[in-house]
Amino acid sequence: MADDDDYYEQYSNSSSDGEDVDLVSEDDGIAMESEDAAGVSNNVRESQEIESRTMTVKDLTVEMRDTINDVANIVGISPGMCRILLHKFQWQKESLLERYYEATNADAFLRQAQVLPKVAIEKPISNIGDCDVCCDTTQLCGLACNHLACDTCWKSYLETKITDGNTSEIQCIASNCRLLIEDEKVLHYVTDPKIRAVYEKLQINSYVETNRLLKWCPTADCGRAIKVQQSEARPVLCESCRQRFCFGCSYEWHEPVNCRLLKLWMKKCQDDSETSNWINANTKECPKCNATIEKDGGCNHMTCRNQACRTEFCWMCLGAWEPHGNSWYNCNRFDDSNAKNARSAQEQSRAALQRYLHFYNRYMGHQQSLRLEAKLYATVKTKMEQMQQQSMSWIEVQFLRKAVDVLSECRRTLMYTYAFAYYLKKDNQSMIFEDNQKDLEMATEQLSEFLERDLENENLVTLKQKVQDKYRYVDHRRQILLKYCREGQEKEEWEFNA
Amino acid sequence: MDSCSRRLMKELQQLSTEPPTGIICSRDIASDDLKQWRVEVVGAPGTLYEGERFTLQFRFSPQYPFSSPEVMFVGQNIPAHPHVYSNGHICLSILADDWTPALSVQSVCLSIISMLSSAKEKKHPIDDAIYVRTCNKNPNKTRWWFHDDTV
Repeated sequence: MADDDDYYEQYSNSSSDGEDVDLVSEDDGIAMESEDAAGVSNNVRESQEIESRTMTVKDLTVEMRDTINDVANIVGISPGMCRILLHKFQWQKESLLERYYEATNADAFLRQAQVLPKVAIEKPISNIGDCDVCCDTTQLCGLACNHLACDTCWKSYLETKITDGNTSEIQCIASNCRLLIEDEKVLHYVTDPKIRAVYEKLQINSYVETNRLLKWCPTADCGRAIKVQQSEARPVLCESCRQRFCFGCSYEWHEPVNCRLLKLWMKKCQDDSETSNWINANTKECPKCNATIEKDGGCNHMTCRNQACRTEFCWMCLGAWEPHGNSWYNCNRFDDSNAKNARSAQEQSRAALQRYLHFYNRYMGHQQSLRLEAKLYATVKTKMEQMQQQSMSWIEVQFLRKAVDVLSECRRTLMYTYAFAYYLKKDNQSMIFEDNQKDLEMATEQLSEFLERDLENENLVTLKQKVQDKYRYVDHRRQILLKYCREGQEKEEWEFNA
Repeated sequence: MDSCSRRLMKELQQLSTEPPTGIICSRDIASDDLKQWRVEVVGAPGTLYEGERFTLQFRFSPQYPFSSPEVMFVGQNIPAHPHVYSNGHICLSILADDWTPALSVQSVCLSIISMLSSAKEKKHPIDDAIYVRTCNKNPNKTRWWFHDDTV
């Protein structure tokens, strides 16, 4: 047990770090509240955010143990077996108990869950024998299935499974025996505190990963899990590192685009963007086999290098070369119908690329600006300090930070509107969306420009008024756009091309 | 002697005194330190590989039997089989995820013979060309996906 305590201490240390972070952000909260009291109708908190609880590893351990004990008391089996059972039922206690009560044969139910052996071989009379694993003649022991091995081999087996196999659900040492080993047995053999700590971590990880109401915070090294009441693709906030992410896909919150389209979009961006940019600018395709060709000099009489194709064509009009005859240096066959068809096919594929790049460039543009907003935070911080020296109180100057917060949120939203718009089918709905997008974009750029340029030229009283007016307007535009998207989603009015 | 060598010694003894049908145990089957073995297996009667002889190479790490041995076909005759690549690598779950210390050289050989026996067609996996060009020399470094339990 002492080992366990060490393990927790390690975590409680890190959680006190987390509390420091919390303190800072709580201050933020106070500032925002006072702003609200002064008449700010909106803050940066996502309206869609689901109620959630940020849990440390310690919280998770307590919760997991409580659930296990509840079930153990009812079903009457050891806590270790209960953990396996609950794991099988994705930690849905109610559905587990329901099935348990429905089952006519409790043992068959437990066998099915790999908690009891499917077939137990007969227990030998003497517990001294040849260990099948190390071949020593010694005292042997086993699980309920009576597959025997010596203590040393059990220990090595479990330790290897924990450290190399990365799993807390370990099967019996015998091949083809699917019986899972309960925690009590595992801990009986595994005594090394380091490996025990790994095992506890694996248990917690398995608890979070199989539980539909829990997700790890995606921030590296944060180590907290977020618990919700109902699993939905909506934003949650990690109270510890202040990361807001989508509970559906663990990616940063990406409204208005949904998880499925975002995934498609990210994949597309990874696959295409840079290469297609270059291809678009520098190459044409063979009109017959569509091989991409870069022309780096020479005349317009092209012969496709593709050995299977070898089509001869004109670089200018992409028509067959034959009718060009002697006028090889100057294509005058523009209206030739073959060439026209070849060009229109090519134009279509170009147009698709152009379209993609249109959205991609704007998506990337906002992402880039969002990164640069980190610099703006620093500028604003200096300005806030200046203002405090001049007569304003700490609370009074917070409006500037708030403005940058709003700006960042708008950039993020705009970014994802381009992923959304890329897949959107063109109709009346999408045109209204584009108008909303345009309005938000313009307002965002104005706020951005003001914060970048005009901070120094204003006197303090008018500055505060202007900044507040601007960010309220921008945030208002953002809410309108998101509301419109949400309503469309509820009525299932959006039509996508993917 | 460490437990790994003791176990290998015992397995070698058992295999050479009473080799099961289909496994041929010659004198120089194992290297002096027992860490590398070459075992010959014979295709079972009534199957596509009837009478054919293949050589299996086993390599053991000091963690054996807790970690799986590295097993592959070597020599001139590599069986054409949907789970055997032309470089000798074998896609078999008990050699990776499903390995347990209770398995042995003998049980691996028998599993491979039975895997050969259930083949309906003599050909390498569809991704053979690309796999052979890109894989690690050690088959245990490959992350196998076991998608076909019928063969």
